[in-house]
Amino acid sequence: MAEIVIKAEKLTKRFGDFIAANEITFDVYAGEIFGFLGANGAGKTTAMRMLCGLSTPSSGKAIIAGFDIYKQTESIKKNIGYMSQKFSLYEDLTVIENITFFGGIYGLSDKEIKEKSEILIQQLGLQGVTKKLVGSLPLGWKQKLSFSVAVLHEPKIVFLDEPTGGVDPVTRRQFWDLIYEASDKGITIFVTTHYMDEAEYCNRISMMVDGVVKALDTPSNLKQEFAAGTMDEVFFELARGAKRKGD
Amino acid sequence: MHDVVLDKIRKTYNKNSLVAVDNVSLSVNKGELFGLIGPDGAGKTSIFRILTTLLLPDGGNASVSGYDVVKDYKIIRNHVGYMPGRFSLYQDLSVEENLNFFATLFGTTIKENYDLIKEIYVQIEPFKTRRAGKLSGGMKQKLALCCALIHRPTVLFLDEPTTGVDTVSRKEFWEMLKRLKSQGITIMVSTPYMDEATLCERIALIQSGKILSINTPANVIAQFPQNLFAIKSTNMSGLLKDLRDFGNIESCNAFGEYHHITLSDESDATQHELKTYLESKQHENIVLQSTTPTIEDCFIQLMNNQDGGNSN
Repeated sequence: MAEIVIKAEKLTKRFGDFIAANEITFDVYAGEIFGFLGANGAGKTTAMRMLCGLSTPSSGKAIIAGFDIYKQTESIKKNIGYMSQKFSLYEDLTVIENITFFGGIYGLSDKEIKEKSEILIQQLGLQGVTKKLVGSLPLGWKQKLSFSVAVLHEPKIVFLDEPTGGVDPVTRRQFWDLIYEASDKGITIFVTTHYMDEAEYCNRISMMVDGVVKALDTPSNLKQEFAAGTMDEVFFELARGAKRKGD
Repeated sequence: MHDVVLDKIRKTYNKNSLVAVDNVSLSVNKGELFGLIGPDGAGKTSIFRILTTLLLPDGGNASVSGYDVVKDYKIIRNHVGYMPGRFSLYQDLSVEENLNFFATLFGTTIKENYDLIKEIYVQIEPFKTRRAGKLSGGMKQKLALCCALIHRPTVLFLDEPTTGVDTVSRKEFWEMLKRLKSQGITIMVSTPYMDEATLCERIALIQSGKILSINTPANVIAQFPQNLFAIKSTNMSGLLKDLRDFGNIESCNAFGEYHHITLSDESDATQHELKTYLESKQHENIVLQSTTPTIEDCFIQLMNNQDGGNSN
């Protein structure tokens, strides 16, 4: 059995009377692409914030990359990468400044940053634009660069919060090529998405509804279980009974 | 009769260095549900803001309900409803106050046009005293739609109403649009979700400020130039790489459970050769079958065509 890099046991977050995440329990294995799906308001963001060490749970246990979610949040932050569509890179810094900045934040030495940024720039074919402001780059390039920056320090896990929202269909697929590459290197991918074809690219999927994990399995098993032809139908079956609406 | 007409509309930003809308021409029929389909940065919002008279084009002409967007901007503003991509109601007014405010602005009352918004409004009515800023995403969206409709517009512009919204709410939203259309309102809606294209009567696919195609969804699909095949095996990421190395592959894209491919030679012999090749690469449980293109297949094909054209 592969190493467990995320272990959540009855993880719960309350805001007053409201239980945003209710006793969620699951394991994620090293190198796995784990799809974290749910309707708006299901509690995904709350759960993700806890797993990244940004929000203290009300109760329950979790170990992330070997570190305790209550006591070792700083170690967790050093051993994970994070990227979302909303927050990724600084638009008013250049490509190279962004890489240097995030490399520094993630604790890399100047030497490591120099070496890694050269490799990264070459891999992404950004040689001509290293001194350009990130804000002036096409969205597709930004998304690819921000993913590469999020895994620059070779974290055990990278959290991707709707990384491909609004991206054109060709770039969206190139983005998944990067995800596969990272996964092949042993980096665990924890990803949320609204695109149901992308749910198919995950090794396993969890579906949150009203604060609880309502289903967790491989895409093909889920389709079988719900007698559905596509992941879209599985999602619809599970989410249409949701009581909470919106985020 | 056309309710929306764009004739060679052009819009640039940053001292002409960024062309957001590049000579776009299209027209929307009266009572039509028309979709503008494309990713972020395609120029969708610029087009909406030109049509709603909030932005001046650099070139070309456009009209809404027969009125010119530059000369007749005051008339147009009374006749259109606009729901921008970003929530732009007053966060510190309640649901009811927002709706009242917009009704008053247009010289009408909620009562007068209640029949038009009733079906949508009843869903948020239990929260009518709640401040708009405290509503959930789905409820904000419904309130914004009510406010855009309260003066009974002839043309409704909806800029990415379903972005960031889950599948279930998206389905509900499109049902609402169909009912509005049946009341005779012309609707122009934009979306980055290609699967929503089939819910429109006609669509314009747009990328980098240029129109790739304008047609009914069925005709866009019918114009896909080749046979499309769906293929899968037990190792999908390996399959993608191996397919790209196969000589007769023209295009190869991941599409959920299957990869979609086109072949430069579609003969049975080549299909057989492909299977043999993949077996030699240790692929198991290979399934290769014909499939119908989706709008997303068409978009990718048209996008690649255009890129190819540009580089030549």
